[in-house]
Amino acid sequence: MHSGHREALLQMEHITKSFSGVKVLEDVFFDLNQGEVHVLAGENGAGKTTLIKILAGVHTDYEGDIRLNGQPIRFKNPHDAAESGISAIHQDMSLINSMTVVDNIFLGREHTIGKVWMDFRTQKERAQKLIDQLGIDVNLNFPVEEYPVSVRQMIEIAKALAYDARIIIMDEPTSALNELEVERLFQIIQDLKQKNYGIIYITHRMEEIYEISDRITVLRDGKRIGTAHADDLSPQELIQWMVGREISQQFPDRTPSTGKERLRVEHLYLPDPTGTKPWVVEDINLSLNSGEILGIAGLRGSGKSELFHGLFGTFGKIPDGRVQLDGRPFRIHSPIHSIKQGLALLTNDRKGTGLVSPMNIIRNISLSSLRKYSPGGWMQFQEEKIAAQNHIEAFGIKAQSMHQEVETLSGGNQQKVVLAKWLEIHPKVLLLDEPTLGVDVGAKHDIYALMNRWTAQGMAILLITSELPELLALSDRIMVMHRGRSTAEFINEEATQEKITRAAMGDEKTYEKKTGNSG
Amino acid sequence: MKRKQEIQGKSNQKRNWLRSPLLRAFAALVLVFLIGMMFNADGAFFKWNTHRDMLRHISVFAILACGMTLVIITAGIDLSVGSLLGLTAVLFSLFSLQKMWSPLLALLACMVIGAALGAVSGGLVGRFKIQPFIATLAMMVFARGLAKWVSGGQKISTAVLQPDGTYQYVDVPPIFEFLNSKLLNENIAVVTLILFACVLICWVILTKLRWGRYIYAIGGNEEAARLSGIPVIQTKLLTYGLSGFFCAIAGICQAAQELQGDPEAGMTYELTAIAIVVIGGTNLMGGRGGIGLTFIGAMTIGYLEKILSINAVGEASRLMLTGTIIIGAVLFQKTRK
Repeated sequence: MHSGHREALLQMEHITKSFSGVKVLEDVFFDLNQGEVHVLAGENGAGKTTLIKILAGVHTDYEGDIRLNGQPIRFKNPHDAAESGISAIHQDMSLINSMTVVDNIFLGREHTIGKVWMDFRTQKERAQKLIDQLGIDVNLNFPVEEYPVSVRQMIEIAKALAYDARIIIMDEPTSALNELEVERLFQIIQDLKQKNYGIIYITHRMEEIYEISDRITVLRDGKRIGTAHADDLSPQELIQWMVGREISQQFPDRTPSTGKERLRVEHLYLPDPTGTKPWVVEDINLSLNSGEILGIAGLRGSGKSELFHGLFGTFGKIPDGRVQLDGRPFRIHSPIHSIKQGLALLTNDRKGTGLVSPMNIIRNISLSSLRKYSPGGWMQFQEEKIAAQNHIEAFGIKAQSMHQEVETLSGGNQQKVVLAKWLEIHPKVLLLDEPTLGVDVGAKHDIYALMNRWTAQGMAILLITSELPELLALSDRIMVMHRGRSTAEFINEEATQEKITRAAMGDEKTYEKKTGNSG
Repeated sequence: MKRKQEIQGKSNQKRNWLRSPLLRAFAALVLVFLIGMMFNADGAFFKWNTHRDMLRHISVFAILACGMTLVIITAGIDLSVGSLLGLTAVLFSLFSLQKMWSPLLALLACMVIGAALGAVSGGLVGRFKIQPFIATLAMMVFARGLAKWVSGGQKISTAVLQPDGTYQYVDVPPIFEFLNSKLLNENIAVVTLILFACVLICWVILTKLRWGRYIYAIGGNEEAARLSGIPVIQTKLLTYGLSGFFCAIAGICQAAQELQGDPEAGMTYELTAIAIVVIGGTNLMGGRGGIGLTFIGAMTIGYLEKILSINAVGEASRLMLTGTIIIGAVLFQKTRK
C-alpha cells in the first residue's frame, strides 16, 4: 500500500502555543513525507488552524522545533515560509480578484528584467506551463473574478507551484466546490503526490478523508490524539478520536415544557447571496413549539447560518407561504419586519453584525426597541436607562458603568449585551447562532440558564452551535444539515455526537430519518 | 473591595475626560487663540469687532459643516454642499430680485429645493448603495450645472435686464439687507445667529431625537444597525436631505452678503466644511463625533484665518500655513487618543 521508504519533508516536534495565557496547542507532533497526503482532522477549535499558521510563518512565537528536510528552521514571517517552499491555500483565498490570472500567480515574486521592468514574456510562459500541468482552461489575461471559485482554487494551486513549494497546505479546499470539481481537485492532488510534493490536507468531510489521505493526525483541544495510516483507522475510531472528550462543562438541568407550535417552515429554499451555487438552503422543513429549543448541527458551509439570516430577512424578500408564526403567515421582507413580527437573530459575528462598538451599553441594549423609548421621536433617556439597568442586573453584565463603550467589555459581557438587546423586543422566536462563541465558561453557564428561563416563559429557540456537547445538552431536538439540506433529525435522547457528526459529514448510511425529498 | 472599585472607576473616568474629543478640540482652539494673542497685530486681536467679523466670515462655512457633520457621522460624506450653496444663492436672487417673489416664498422654495436635492443624494447612497463619495460628487457636478443653467451663466444681481435690452437697477429687498445686517448695536451678525440656530437644530437631532441615535448607529456599524431593525435607507435620505437644507440656508446667506447670486459661488466650500468637521474631531469613519466639536472646529479655522489676515500674511503663505496646521491639528488629536 505505502510505497516503501520516503524521505521526510517536514517534522514538527513539541509544538506549544498560547494565546494570552490560554494554551491552544500543547506538545504537538506532526510530520510529512514526500509524496504523501497527510490529513489533519479535528473539531473546530481543536488547533488545526493554529498549527498550520505556525508552519506558514504567521505565528512566530511558539515553543518547539520545526525541521525542514532535516534542517532546523524557524520562520520569521509568511514570506520566509513561502521562500522555504511552504505554501498555504486558505479557505478565504488570497487571490486579488481584480488582477489577472498571471499577475496573481506571480504576485510578490514578479519576474523582472534588471529588477525594475516587468518580464511579461517569462511570466506568461511559466504561468501557461503551470496551468497546462493542472489541466485547466483559463485565459491568463482575464481577471480572476471572471472564474468560478473552483477555478480560482486551481489558480491558487498554480500560484503555490510557482513558488516552487514542496509542501502545500490545503485548508478545507472543497468547501466551495461541487462534486465534479472535487474530483478534478483530487486528480490534481494525486498528480502532485506522484511528483513527490507533500500535502497537508484539512477537511471535515469523512468521505474525503478516506479517499485521499495516506495518514491521518487528529487534534483535539490542542493536543495530538494520534496519528495513523488511513487503512488502520476505522471511521468509528476516527470520530471517537475527534469528539471523544470528556464533557467537563456543567450544563444546567433542562426540563422541557413544550406547548403549541410557534414556528413552522415548509419547503424553504434560499438563493445563494454570493451566487456561487443556486441555493444555500434547500427544501428545509421544520416545526418549533413554544418552550422548545431546536438545535441545528452542521459543518461550515452547511447553510445553517444562512437559514437563520434567510428567515430573518437579511437577504430581503422571500415569497410568502413558506413560514408561519403562531399559526399566522410570517412575512419575510426585511429585518425591520421580522422584528415587528417577533423574530430576533443573534448573529455569529458579534463585532461585525451584533454590536455597534462606538456606542455604550445602554444604547446597544435599546438599539432594536428605540421606538418604545422615543414617543414622537424624542428620546426618553430615563426610561431607556432604567430598562438597560434591569437587563444589566438580570444578565449579570459586569461593567464599570453602563456608559462604558461596549468595545471595552469582555466577550461574555458583550454577548450578554447583544442578548439583552433582543430580549428587549420580547421575541416569540429567538434565533441564536453560536451564542457562546468566544464567551468564557462562567458567562456560558449564565447564558444556558437564561435560555432555560426564556423557554420556560414560552419563547421558542433555534440554536446553532458548533460545540456538540453544548448542542446535545441544550437542545430538545436536533436537526442536522449538510450542503444546505436537512440530512437527519433526532430527538434529544436518540442523539449522540457520533450520529450527528456522521450526518453532518453527509454519510448517508447513518440517516436516522430523512426529511424532505432529495430530488 | 467595593470602595476600591469606585476609586478605580473614578480614576478611569478622569482619564476618559482627558481623552474626551471635546476637550481635545477645545485645546486646539485655545492654542490658536493664544497664537492670536501673541501675534495680535498691534492689539487688533483684542477688539470685539475682529471676533465678530471672524464669526460672520466663518458662518456660511460652518452652516455647511453642520449638515456635513451629520452625514459624516453616518460614515458618509457630502461633496455637493458647495454646489448646492451656489445653486440656492442663484435661485434666491432670481426669485427675489427678478421674479419679485415674496421673501417667505423665495426662502421656502430654496429650502425645499436644497433639501430635495440632498435627499436625492441620500437616496442614491441609501437605496442604491452608491458610495457617498461618488453619489455626492455626481450631485456636486449636477447642481453646479443646474446653477449655471438657471442663471444663464450670469451673476443674478440687482441689475435686471429689461425687454428693451437696457439694465435697470432694482431696490435691494429688505430681506437681503436684514440677512446682511448686524444686531445688538452692530455687535453680532445675523448670519452668525443663523449659524447658532443651525448648531442648535443639529444638537437637538443628535442628542435628543431618535433620528440622532439612528445616525450614530448607522455610522458605528451599519450592518448591525440594519439587523437591529433600524431604517437605514430612510435615515440616510433624511440626513443628506438635512444637509441639503443647510446648504440652502447657507446659499441664501451668501446671496444676501454678496447682494447677488453667483453661479460660481461656493466652489471648494465643501473642502472647507470637511476640514472644519475633521479639525473638530468628528471621525471620518463614522459613529463618533458631535456638533459641538464642529462648532469648535469652525472657530479654530476661523481664528486661524483671521490671525493670518490681520497680520497681513499673503494668500500664498496663508494657504500653505492653513494646510500645515490642519494636519498638525489632526495629528495632535490622534496622538492624544
